[in-house]
Amino acid sequence: MKAGGVLAGAVVVLLLAAAAFYAFAWRSEIDPVDPTAQARFDPALVKRGADLAAIGNCNVCHTAPGGEPFAGGLGIPTPFGTIYSTNITPDPETGIGRWSEAAFVRAMREGVNREGQHLYPAFPYDHYTNVSDEDDKAIYAYLMTRKAVAASPPPNELDFPFNWRVLLAGWKALYFREGPLQPDPGRPEEWNRGRYLVEGLSHCGACHTPRNRLGAEKKDELFAGAEVENWTVYPINGNSPAPVPWDVESLTFYLRHGWHELHGASRGSMSPVTANLGSVPEADARAIATYVADVMGRPSQERVARGEAALAAARKESEAPLAIRANAGSGGMGEAIFLSACQGCHDGRRPVPFGGLNLHLSSAVNAPNAQNIINVVLFGLPAAKGEPSAIMPAYHGVLKEDQLVALLDYMRERFSDKPAWTDTRERVAATMSGTREVPIYRMDGATQAPPETSMRTTPWP
Amino acid sequence: MAVTLTVNGKARQVDADPETPLLYVLRDHLELNGAKYGCGIGQCGACTVMVDGTAVMSCVTPLLLLEGRQVTTVEGLGTLDKPGPMQQAFIEEQAAQCGYCIPGMMMRAQALLQADPGASEAAIRAHLEPNLCRCGTHMRIVKAVLRAGELMRQNSQGGGAT
Repeated sequence: MKAGGVLAGAVVVLLLAAAAFYAFAWRSEIDPVDPTAQARFDPALVKRGADLAAIGNCNVCHTAPGGEPFAGGLGIPTPFGTIYSTNITPDPETGIGRWSEAAFVRAMREGVNREGQHLYPAFPYDHYTNVSDEDDKAIYAYLMTRKAVAASPPPNELDFPFNWRVLLAGWKALYFREGPLQPDPGRPEEWNRGRYLVEGLSHCGACHTPRNRLGAEKKDELFAGAEVENWTVYPINGNSPAPVPWDVESLTFYLRHGWHELHGASRGSMSPVTANLGSVPEADARAIATYVADVMGRPSQERVARGEAALAAARKESEAPLAIRANAGSGGMGEAIFLSACQGCHDGRRPVPFGGLNLHLSSAVNAPNAQNIINVVLFGLPAAKGEPSAIMPAYHGVLKEDQLVALLDYMRERFSDKPAWTDTRERVAATMSGTREVPIYRMDGATQAPPETSMRTTPWP
Repeated sequence: MAVTLTVNGKARQVDADPETPLLYVLRDHLELNGAKYGCGIGQCGACTVMVDGTAVMSCVTPLLLLEGRQVTTVEGLGTLDKPGPMQQAFIEEQAAQCGYCIPGMMMRAQALLQADPGASEAAIRAHLEPNLCRCGTHMRIVKAVLRAGELMRQNSQGGGAT
C-alpha cells in the first residue's frame, strides 16, 4: 500500500510538472485574416522591406533551388535532422496569406507561428528578435506584395524527441533572449546601426559563431568560425585568417561586390549573402562592416607586418616573368601540379575577380582546415546568371585523391606560415566520395540581387 | 617526361614537358584536332574532352595528371562513314553554325548521356552551362543532345566508342 501511495504521488507530481510545462510552453493562436481584405501597402514601405529582406537573406533559405522565390522547400541539414523552409509568400493556404501583421511580428520577435506553435531556431529568431517592430512591418509589407505561390514544403525529418515542438519552449528558456536590442549610447550611430543589423537581420552569427550540442550559438565565442554545410566558415573576430587584415573599407566593398582584390571572392553560402548586400544601400553594408571590423579589433603590429609581407610577396609574383613550368621547383608532385594547373590564373597577373587570387593573400590556405580549397578545386566556382563574374573550372574529373592531397599540402606549406593540416586526406576522400555533401553556389555578384537562391541543383561540371 | 595514356581506345606514349596542357598534347603531338583552343583558361569549354568518362577542360589539364588515364575526343565518337549517335544527332539537327564550340559541346554532352542516357532537357541545359557558343546555336544543340539520347537508348551498343 505504501509503495502504491508513493507511485500515485509520483504520477501526480509528473502530471503536474507536465501541465506546468505545457502552460509555460503554450502560446495563443492569432486569428487568421481574410487575405482579400488586406490593406494596400505604401510602395515606399515595400521598397524598405525589400532592402531589409535582402539584408536578412530571407530568399536564401525560403527558396528551393530552381523554385519560386520565397515559396520554401529548401532542406536545411542540422545535427538533429533536416528542416524544410516554409512558404512565406502570401498564398492563403500554403503560405502566410492569412497571417496578420501582428502574427508576423510575433514570429520574428518570439519564434512562434500564427497558430501558436514554437518554431525551430533554424529560422534564426534568436537574431530576428532584435529587429524593430517598424522594420518587421516593412518586411511584412514586402512579403505580402510578392507573388503568391501554392507550395507546401516536405515534412521535417527530425528524430525523436526533436520533432516535439513543445520542447522548444525549454530550448528558448535556456538560450533565447527576447529583443529588440537597445542601442549603446556610448557608441557612434553607425556602430549601433551595424550591431543592430549584424545581431539582428543579417544574423551573421548563425554561421560565423560556433554552436553548442543543442544548436545554440556559443555567446562567449562570438564569430569564432564554424563549419556549415561542409564549408569552413572563417572566424570574423580577432582570429580572422585573412593575411591582410580586414578594415571597414575592404569589408564594405567585399560585402557589396562579393570580392575584394586583397581577399578574393565570396563562395559557398556567403555568395548569396554578398549578392543580396549588393542590392541594398551602401550605408547599411558600411554599418555592418563598421561593427564587424570593431569585433575583429585593431590588428597587432605583428599582424600588420605579416599582411604587408604577404602583399609584397603577391606583388612580386604578379610582376615576375611567367614560369608555368612543372619542373621549375624542387620536383614534388604538389608543386608540379600547382605550377602547371593553378599558377597560370593564380599568379595575380590578372586582377581579382576575373583573375585568380594570389594565394599569399588567401584566407583559405590560412584556415584551420583545407575544406574550402578542396570544395573549390573539385567543384569549381560556377558562373553567375546573366552577369560577369568570377569563375573557376572544376577539377574533379582529373585529380586523384593523392594528387589533390599533395597539392593541398604544398599550398599550405608555401602560402601559409601555419602548421600543416592534419586531416586533409580524410576530408579529400570524404568529399570526393560524396560522403561529405557540398552545396555549390553560383558566383552571383553585385549588379543584381538574384530573386531566387543561387544554390545549384546540379554539379558545375 | 614520357606519359602513357589511352586516347580513343589506343595506348599512346607522349614525350612532352609535364606541364603541357592535354589540349596541346592532343593537337600537336597526336594530331587530333577535334578539341579546340578557345580561351585557354577553362572558361569557354571549346577544348572539352572526356577523361575516364568525365568531361574535362583539356586546356587547363596538364599532362602530368594523366598517366594511365583514358582520354576520349570527338574523333573517338565515330568516323565520317560511321558517325556515333552524338555525331549523327548533331548532323541530323544541323546543330552547328561556325562549329568551333561543337566538339566541346559533343564531348560534354557525351559524358552526361553515358552516365544517364535518359537525361532530361533541364539536366542537359544545366550540364552544358560551362560551354559557350557565340553563334547562338544553343537551341539546336539542346535538340541534338536530346536526339542523341534517343539514338543511344535505341542502340543497345550504348554511347558509341569510348
